[in-house]
Amino acid sequence: MKSYIARRLGYSMISILLLSVTIFMFVRLTGDPTTLLVEPGASQSEIEAIREQLGLDRPIWVQYATFMANLSMGDFGQSFYYRMPVSELYLSRLPNSLLLAACAMIFSLVIGIPSGVLAAVRVGRFWDKAGKVFALLGLSMPAFWVGLVMILFFSVFLEWLPSSGSGTVLHIIMPAFALGWYFAAAHMRLTRSSMLEVLGSEYVKLARLKGLPEAIVIAKHALKNAVIPVLTLAGINLVVMVNVAVVVETVFAWPGIGRLLYEGIAFRDFPVVQGVVILGGGMIVFVNLLIDILYAVIDPRIRLER
Amino acid sequence: MVMRTESAAVPTRFAFIRFADFPVIPALILAGIGFVAVFANQLAPYDPEIGSLQLRFKPPAWQEGGSMAFLLGTDHVGRDVLSRLIFGARVSVIVGFTAVMVAGVMGTTLGIVSGYLGGWVDMVIMRLTDAWLALPALTFAIFLAAIVGPSELNIIIILGAVYWTRYARVIRGEVLSLKEREFVRLAIVAGCSKGTIMRRHILPNVINSAIVLGTLMLGVVVVTEASLSFLGVGVPPPKPAWGLMLADGKKGMMVGYWWLTVLPGCCIMLMVLSANLLGDWLRDKLDPQLRQL
Repeated sequence: MKSYIARRLGYSMISILLLSVTIFMFVRLTGDPTTLLVEPGASQSEIEAIREQLGLDRPIWVQYATFMANLSMGDFGQSFYYRMPVSELYLSRLPNSLLLAACAMIFSLVIGIPSGVLAAVRVGRFWDKAGKVFALLGLSMPAFWVGLVMILFFSVFLEWLPSSGSGTVLHIIMPAFALGWYFAAAHMRLTRSSMLEVLGSEYVKLARLKGLPEAIVIAKHALKNAVIPVLTLAGINLVVMVNVAVVVETVFAWPGIGRLLYEGIAFRDFPVVQGVVILGGGMIVFVNLLIDILYAVIDPRIRLER
Repeated sequence: MVMRTESAAVPTRFAFIRFADFPVIPALILAGIGFVAVFANQLAPYDPEIGSLQLRFKPPAWQEGGSMAFLLGTDHVGRDVLSRLIFGARVSVIVGFTAVMVAGVMGTTLGIVSGYLGGWVDMVIMRLTDAWLALPALTFAIFLAAIVGPSELNIIIILGAVYWTRYARVIRGEVLSLKEREFVRLAIVAGCSKGTIMRRHILPNVINSAIVLGTLMLGVVVVTEASLSFLGVGVPPPKPAWGLMLADGKKGMMVGYWWLTVLPGCCIMLMVLSANLLGDWLRDKLDPQLRQL
């Protein structure tokens, strides 16, 4: 078990390292940031001075080594554009992103789990078919379009909700719905299949034979087990949400991590981009590592392979 | 030498598909989109890239103020929405299908090589896949778009470069079990080279999964293309792409010009929905093992 965890941990480190190299090269391929930072018509010597100040005049491998050395001490560097530490910028945006992701997640579970249970209990009947349609629509409608249509309907025609910005409870409703929509469909699908599996098992049959009312069998006995894989997926999806929210954030002018990254790429703000990507990628790799270990704990066959 | 007796292991691909529950409507919709894309020049009433500012923001024909001249209205610079939707289909079809092909060929090849050769090759390819997957697809695509600049061809390459990992993962897993099978061992005994085995014996057995994945990926790719165009790093204006139309539609959205927002999105949804339904059906027919995907 220990050697399995050690090997998995090693793989994760390699992934992060590869990611850091890739991203480091990529940002530098997008162009020269100094051209965006100086006043138009600045002299060559002024440009050189800024390049030197930002450390861009040194050979690329020196830049990378410095970056990694600082990173290992938890320092992500200074933003070229905002002139403040990347970690500070990141932390100022993180609460917004987490709030959005948490609301979207709650929404997706509140919709996804009950409708999945309903579909499994009434398999092949009306509610199952309705659920199927809902799941297919959810997986087929781009999140940003859902957002746009909602703005059109609730902000422009009905004038109920603010179309953009953040701050009040009203501001979060539409972004959370637009972002959670896709995941609601995914969670519904998984709840349905997981519930069907559990409903066919022996202990559910026994519970029924005991004469328990169907509602209790479903709510107390079946759902408890069926919901485990759904919550596992939800955990992964929470991280995914923080990372894919960029389009929804753009639609609603929501000041989250996604916007920070997008603006970072547009302004060629290398430290911001590197920091956000490595932190986001790190989260995904870490969650995957946790899942791998969790599965190995549950299923000995996995940790014994190779 | 290739022994014909092994052909039992190669599924007779399309022979036993029963068309009883063939998803007719999705297939028709996809065929329709394809038809519109091919004959866009003949079908579109106007030039999709040229408008007249006097005719801007005309509503669809059935609404007050609309005219039969512009069936689905006009946009913020007076271009005909219907014509733009028709030419937009061409962009989506070209980008969607080629990107899926690029990703499929790359991912399948790497998946087969990785799974069959094993060892350090497998190690390198799989760690690369992990690192790739740690970067959200959209972020990655935005990045590449910022590097190579927006153009239709670049979008295809970008989407291919982003999505090959999905194929590589699945195909590698299948190859791992295939290579232990009798017919592969027989081929080794018969003296086939590694290249021949991968090409003649492994590839035909994973092609079904690749086709199923490709159909399911079509929807993902079309949505990603639309998202990129919406963010301004996809197909460059004034080319008519559905995602770009949605971005332009924002200009009239706050005053209630709904057709600029609703119509392009409906087109995207129809195409993605059809591809997903067709993909689900193909998966059940060709490759039930993939059902958990």
